[in-house]
Amino acid sequence: MSSLRPGNVGIVIVSHSPKIAEGAADMVRQMVGDAVPLAWTGGDVDGGLGTNVAGILEAIETAWSPAGVAILVDLGGAETNSEMAVEMLPEDRRARVLVCNAPVVEGAVIAATESSGGSPLAAVKRSAEEFYA
Amino acid sequence: MSLDRVARERLVRALAGAVIEHADELTSLDQAIGDGDHGLNMKRGFEAVLATLPGLADKSLPEMLKAIGMTLVMKVGGASGPLVGTFFMELGKALPEQPSRPDLVTATEKAIEAVKARGRSEAGQKTLLDVLVPVHAVLAEGGDAKAIAAEAVQAADRTTPMQAIRGRASFLGERSIGHMDPGSRSASLLIGAAVETLKFEVNT
Repeated sequence: MSSLRPGNVGIVIVSHSPKIAEGAADMVRQMVGDAVPLAWTGGDVDGGLGTNVAGILEAIETAWSPAGVAILVDLGGAETNSEMAVEMLPEDRRARVLVCNAPVVEGAVIAATESSGGSPLAAVKRSAEEFYA
Repeated sequence: MSLDRVARERLVRALAGAVIEHADELTSLDQAIGDGDHGLNMKRGFEAVLATLPGLADKSLPEMLKAIGMTLVMKVGGASGPLVGTFFMELGKALPEQPSRPDLVTATEKAIEAVKARGRSEAGQKTLLDVLVPVHAVLAEGGDAKAIAAEAVQAADRTTPMQAIRGRASFLGERSIGHMDPGSRSASLLIGAAVETLKFEVNT
């Protein structure tokens, strides 16, 4: 799922479970409507629980914004695969994508709310991470 | 060490075979202290690698290793994909086409450093680094194929009493003690297959 609002930081939700990722994205939409570019991905390449780099790259592309993209992840592999995906981006995009150290559902909602107010990427990441710190 | 096309294909098949044949064992190790998908994930990754043969073996050794790494990154899923994939990719980047033993020692060290950075981990945390690091030490000290293979097996065994500090098993805290780390076991299997196939031509 996606929508394009260049200007606001994009949000990508990565969970081992596609249902969690999609559900978290639904909660974000309810909070911020179409004000931020948003995409979600979950599951391994065979459709089981897990995460995959290709899916994450696609989600980053879908939620891409010139202001950058904040990624919210659940457990370890989601983070490792997200960091791998960021490194595989074209060089000019790499520095504009950050993985947030925050709970995936709450973090996504908070990050999107911050983004919808026009905050820059660093502030979006910070608010997601500070909420439960 | 000079590997012709036949030897490169043999190496790929041996690596994949070792993982695929032990997929059930890896899964049951992972069911004990992880999320139970390690065997399945690694099997999927190496089946995808096999599917790129015979073209894969037409590549030079460094290019072949990079391609294996990229396939694993894209197909394995879970944290093992980026970790094991990074090892192969960095090894490929650091090796010349016909590596000497010192080249292999240096390149392996670089690949291990990349795995540490990717996982933000060090040896001692019950991860594949607990096999890679001690095996590298044996390689660097001039150990032969037998010594390297033996260290790979023993290093994986030594993860059993460790407490996991990184990875899914770390959620279990002390309950991770008493089970072999699945990632260490798969690293050990890969190393065993590699040295068996190469018969350590790198002695030269």
